[in-house]
Amino acid sequence: MLYWTAKEVYAMDPDKTPAAPAALRAAIKPAFLRSVPVMAGYIVLGIGFGILLRGAGYGVLWSLAMSALIYAGSMQYVGVSLLAGGASVLTAILTTVMVNARHLFYSISMIDRYRDAGRYKPYLIFALTDETYSLLCDGETPAGADPDLYRFLVSAFDQCYWVTGSVLGNVLGAALPFGTEGIEFSMTALFIASFTQQWITSRDHVPALVGLLGTLVCLALFGSENFLIPAMLAITLILTALRPRLAGKGATP
Amino acid sequence: MTSSRAAVLVAVMAAVTALLRFLPFLIFRGERKTPAYISYLGQVLPQAIIGMLVIYCLKDVSLTAAPFGLPELIAAAAVVLLQIWRRSSLVSILSGTALYMLLIRLF
Repeated sequence: MLYWTAKEVYAMDPDKTPAAPAALRAAIKPAFLRSVPVMAGYIVLGIGFGILLRGAGYGVLWSLAMSALIYAGSMQYVGVSLLAGGASVLTAILTTVMVNARHLFYSISMIDRYRDAGRYKPYLIFALTDETYSLLCDGETPAGADPDLYRFLVSAFDQCYWVTGSVLGNVLGAALPFGTEGIEFSMTALFIASFTQQWITSRDHVPALVGLLGTLVCLALFGSENFLIPAMLAITLILTALRPRLAGKGATP
Repeated sequence: MTSSRAAVLVAVMAAVTALLRFLPFLIFRGERKTPAYISYLGQVLPQAIIGMLVIYCLKDVSLTAAPFGLPELIAAAAVVLLQIWRRSSLVSILSGTALYMLLIRLF
């Protein structure tokens, strides 16, 4: 599906240089390597989701549909309980807004980066999960590769892992030999590594500290069930208040 | 729940999730240049959000009951040090996760 001919690509979007096989070759290897840290976590968390969904009485097509169409990890876990509990449409809407409000943040911070992504743009926005965001938000792309194609491939690899895991979990169910307790830490490790890398490469550490400490304070104040939305508001307000100090100071290298 | 009812719920979850992801792009679509304030947020938010996600992942770690968050603390420290030393996310993440899996079996 990725191997469109140059002519087909040109017909889709004449403004964009055709993604010739050479361009694909230049982007696919670095994209795959970039996505590898997400692989283990997504497959395992996907399997967990598939098992849960199967337990709630929904088969493999439901797993596939939810991972292909919703593609939001924690929301899909919550979604299983919505399905099992016979939630109303209104409940489903409100729950989704609460659980996924942070995605507004990811999109806001990617507006400039994805602005001219052409035909890749809709999928890039659709597939902006926590993990994909953390792989792409530093804005670095490999030399010699089309940045938009590279980001598209990283996003697509990640979703492949997630879909594969959720289908596997649903098909194999609880029959899996589970010696993998603790592998979910790979997600935490991914965020810690991104945080460290950004810390090393940025001159101003105030935004990173605002995120870390602001969230910690909100966790202490609001508890682990309800801290995320207050934390997002607090981070935005503090960064807005600090704008005269931080803007143009080269917060990013 | 009937299948069609379940399908409606899945569609609702998918639509609302997509709406949240697309909304900022839809709002600022018409403008040739992104407002300076939004560009500023785009510059500073990534670092802050990653900090938020680190805490989010560790939110259920108990510091008052054994093993007092020690496996998480040690593995997290290993990830930070490896990242500073090797600058390779892959190495830090895989080693940190392996260490964590070992630690929770020891503690």
